[in-house]
Amino acid sequence: MSDATQRTDRAGPTASGAAGERVLEVDGLQTDLASGAEIVHAVDGVSFELRRGECFALVGESGCGKSMTAMSLMRLLPAAGEITGGAVRLETQDLLALPEVAMRAVRGRRVAMIFQEPATSLNPVLTVGRQITEVLERHLDMTGQAARRRALELLDAVGVPDAARRLEEYPFQLSGGLRQRVMIAAALAADPEVLIADEATTALDVTIQAQILELLQGLQAARGMAILLITHDLGIVARLADRVAVMYAGEIVEFGTREGVMRAPQHPYTQMLFASLPSASRRGMPLAAIPGQVPSLARVHTLPGCRFEARCNQALARCRDVKPPMIALGQGVDAGRVRCHLRSEGRAAARAPLSAPEIWAEAEAGEASAPTLLRVENLQVHFPIQRGILRRTVGTVRAVDGVDLLLREGRTLALVGESGCGKTTAGKAILRLIEPSGGRVTLAESGAQVDLATLSRAALRGRRGVMQIVFQDPFASLNPRMRVREILEEGMVSLGRGGADAAARAQRVAALLEQVGLPGEALARYPHEFSGGQRQRIAIARALAVEPRLIVCDEPTSALDVSVQAQILNLLKQLQQDLGLSYLFITHNLAVVEYLAHEIAVMYLGRIVERGAVHEVLRRPQHPYTRALLSAVPEVDGVREVIRLGGEPPSAANPPAGCHFHPRCPQVRPDCRAAYPPAIAASPTHTARCVLLAPSPGSARA
Amino acid sequence: MPLLPVFLPTDVLLWLLVIAAVGYGIYCARRPHLAQPWSRVFRSPGAVVAGVLLGCYLLIGLADSLHFRARLEQASASGQAAYAPEVLSLLDVALARLRAGTERSYSAPLATRAFVREMVEQPDGTTRRGFPRLRQGGAHLEDESQWTEDIARRALLGLACGAALWLLLLWSIRPLMRRAPAVPWRAGLITVGVLLALSGPVVVLAGGYHVLGTDKVGQDVLLLSLKSVRTSLVIGTLTTLVILPFGITFGVVAGYFRGWVDDVIQYVYTTLNSIPGVLLIAAAVLMMQVYVDSHPDLFPTAAQRADLRLLFLCIILGVTSWTGLTRLLRGETLKLAELEYVQAAHAFGVSHGRVLSRHLVPNLMHIVVISVAIDFSTLVLTEAVLSYIGVGVDPTTVSFGTMINGARLEMSREPIVWWSLSAAFVFMFTLVLSANLLADAVRDAFDPRVRIGVA
Repeated sequence: MSDATQRTDRAGPTASGAAGERVLEVDGLQTDLASGAEIVHAVDGVSFELRRGECFALVGESGCGKSMTAMSLMRLLPAAGEITGGAVRLETQDLLALPEVAMRAVRGRRVAMIFQEPATSLNPVLTVGRQITEVLERHLDMTGQAARRRALELLDAVGVPDAARRLEEYPFQLSGGLRQRVMIAAALAADPEVLIADEATTALDVTIQAQILELLQGLQAARGMAILLITHDLGIVARLADRVAVMYAGEIVEFGTREGVMRAPQHPYTQMLFASLPSASRRGMPLAAIPGQVPSLARVHTLPGCRFEARCNQALARCRDVKPPMIALGQGVDAGRVRCHLRSEGRAAARAPLSAPEIWAEAEAGEASAPTLLRVENLQVHFPIQRGILRRTVGTVRAVDGVDLLLREGRTLALVGESGCGKTTAGKAILRLIEPSGGRVTLAESGAQVDLATLSRAALRGRRGVMQIVFQDPFASLNPRMRVREILEEGMVSLGRGGADAAARAQRVAALLEQVGLPGEALARYPHEFSGGQRQRIAIARALAVEPRLIVCDEPTSALDVSVQAQILNLLKQLQQDLGLSYLFITHNLAVVEYLAHEIAVMYLGRIVERGAVHEVLRRPQHPYTRALLSAVPEVDGVREVIRLGGEPPSAANPPAGCHFHPRCPQVRPDCRAAYPPAIAASPTHTARCVLLAPSPGSARA
Repeated sequence: MPLLPVFLPTDVLLWLLVIAAVGYGIYCARRPHLAQPWSRVFRSPGAVVAGVLLGCYLLIGLADSLHFRARLEQASASGQAAYAPEVLSLLDVALARLRAGTERSYSAPLATRAFVREMVEQPDGTTRRGFPRLRQGGAHLEDESQWTEDIARRALLGLACGAALWLLLLWSIRPLMRRAPAVPWRAGLITVGVLLALSGPVVVLAGGYHVLGTDKVGQDVLLLSLKSVRTSLVIGTLTTLVILPFGITFGVVAGYFRGWVDDVIQYVYTTLNSIPGVLLIAAAVLMMQVYVDSHPDLFPTAAQRADLRLLFLCIILGVTSWTGLTRLLRGETLKLAELEYVQAAHAFGVSHGRVLSRHLVPNLMHIVVISVAIDFSTLVLTEAVLSYIGVGVDPTTVSFGTMINGARLEMSREPIVWWSLSAAFVFMFTLVLSANLLADAVRDAFDPRVRIGVA
């Protein structure tokens, strides 16, 4: 009890009094990684400071060195890594000069870290309580009942419900969100001065991510910690950070306050990052993708000038030869700084906000006119749960439980939902990559209607060319043992489409590569020689090879960086215009939906809860889940009120009675438990399955 | 024709395997995704050392796998050439001196006198018990006091020859070293140097002595050890030829089709695994022996009979040991079949056969390569154990197992006869150790999880 009071004292007004004081200073940090014969300069002269009570964000795309910076601060580098220069000062102590024994006393005690993957960062054979008390024992000499009490307090503080029971549980009994909370509790156990959050919410769903971000914000305010936030998501930066540093190819290219960087980014890289974010305001126009790729970190020292020069749209002649210095953009500690020659001539203008007013005219046009290509009715995919040696079926996972969809020719339908809601299963069941358990999938085929769900394998084979799929992971979706030419020709040979003989196929393959923007010499190479974005282009070309009318895109950009995502989205949009393709776009990224989709269907636990034209659903969401989902997405421009959803999505093996969403719904009513609500129309094209929409008197509509 | 080539079944298979390995090498060299891991293998010094040692064993084994029957001098009356009943190999010819120089019984390494006391006829005509001079070992010495001097002279001569050969090699591979600087040539050259330093003196000494002594019937132990190499190689390699078709087919099919196919295959290998392997092998070998004994006309020479038994042992060992590979491949296939490129192939309506042959098997080959490399050493050891308990190779076939089996009684003699067992141990240990080292390097190079910093 006294312990807790002390803590509040320290973290309360006194801490805020000391706020702004420097707690961690990184000065010219250099970290090299040995990779085969090459030396990769992962962190190359990074300097920044972290002040008490602030959240400092380090933003950058994958491979820019931001995680290596964090690992260097903790001195937890992989065996191949070595810090070759610079200093890391925690108050006055140089961490890089400490012996390993002393460093262990710093880790977890004064500087703590939370990692990206909650599934692997907890030890699976120790209870949650043990993992927290371990930290207390090590750093605070707290044992027995005292440690247990403290662990309980910590779990309460990070919002773990029923903390006393959770202490005795093992990590596998907890959901992803709860595990991340436990990780945070363990990190906070010794009350560290600095918390490093390395992509701490990347593996979580948006609604859970919103919970964790809120938690971090609250903890920081209460304890006056400094948070070093490492992320690639500009939306998270906008929600949480006080100051921002943008990293590119091992260097920091821009510093600034959140407002400064968000409103008026000064470095062309930062500007182009913002411009490559998809959003409603960019509908109908191509995204400003950053061309090319990040230079190899093994070779950056051979570049005499700016590392971004080759990809920059505003490069000057001297950018190639002269390395730009860090230029301060004003007086005072919070003034922005940028590593760019352009800024020696003055500041750049503020960028236009992303969320422009409603420009949905294009979306409305031709809505009803396009003919239906694919109609999915009451699609079901059930997986039996088998137990025991006799494999008796003891239950069913209703992964997809009665899904209706309608896809028109040349349009994009977005299927949106959190992980585990069954959206990918639905997509694969439509293609019969997973056998559906029930329902109809009707394909319009020159006047006739064909039910794909019941066709024989042979009859289906003839129609395989009509529908294709592009997968999420560009590394798993291409056979590493086949050359690009063989990959592209496989479908053509198998289905006898796109070219009768070898010469015709070769011609078609060359045309395909051109269409997806890859050089012709790519044909003779193996997939591992390409970057993630290029691989996704190959996967798209493979799908296009058999001249499909519909492509199921299963999160095609979620494994890619923002700038590469923009390239792929542009390509998909271009292909739709040129070839009149229809897309079933499965995603959890609502910004992409806003940019690309015409219609949208929101899925929750195997069922569609809301569907309609994209502008209707996103601007006037009717279902409470859709509203919560929309509000949870971190936005780059302005901070919205987040509708907090408690708990986690339930299991599809044991869904709640009545409306599946009612246990988490902020507007739950007694009749929600009775039965699954029917689809109720809010407009001719917009329906939602929620009792709130029913015209019953006395219903409390929010 | 002075020779009648004899094609023993194991010879043919062994040479086919060599041709296949060379073919695979050429195939790999043309494909960067295969050439890369192999070149990584030979960048590790351990693998180069192991490779050199295995290469020597392979040379010995292959020289011992070219068999023929020599033509007899006196042609038969009909004018037809008659051939010796004894089947010889190239190695036998090279070691003719060792083969010819048999003693009466045991003799210690480099000894000039027998190990066992015999009745010796004295110059004066009387007989008394003593250690007689050997027929071969040190027979050229007029006075046994010259022994030390003679040994030293021969050893030095051998060392000099070895050093000369080594320098010649160094000079001849110089351009190669410049072309491939990443290969740890130093480790390889040191290994070759050590080998030459050992074998040079041995070769020169073998001209006058039994370097490793003789066994109970007076055969040179060095000869036996060298002849055993082929048996080990045959068992280690041919058995995998039997394992691979079973292992790959069943593993991939079970993992890909699942359902009842998987159930049946799992049932079969679980059942097979629960029968003690030795029991099965003993029963099969005995059955084969009965068949051979009742059809003597089919196998005219003893060598052919012994070879058939060796081949049969390979087959039965293969049939009983494919389960491990199958289980590995089944698990990996279960994982691969869920991968997106396999699903993409399904979306193209690609047939099951093509999915298996183009998408699954090529992506499983690294496991096959690794397990073949690891299985080799296990099989060599298994042969020794089986021959020791008497269900292994034919008693006339020389193998490490039969040598160890013979050493059972030698160990209980007083004074102890240690050289047979030691020779078998050192030769087999080197073979298995280098096979293991190479297997380790292969696994490191092919296992994607171990690969660091390679995209």
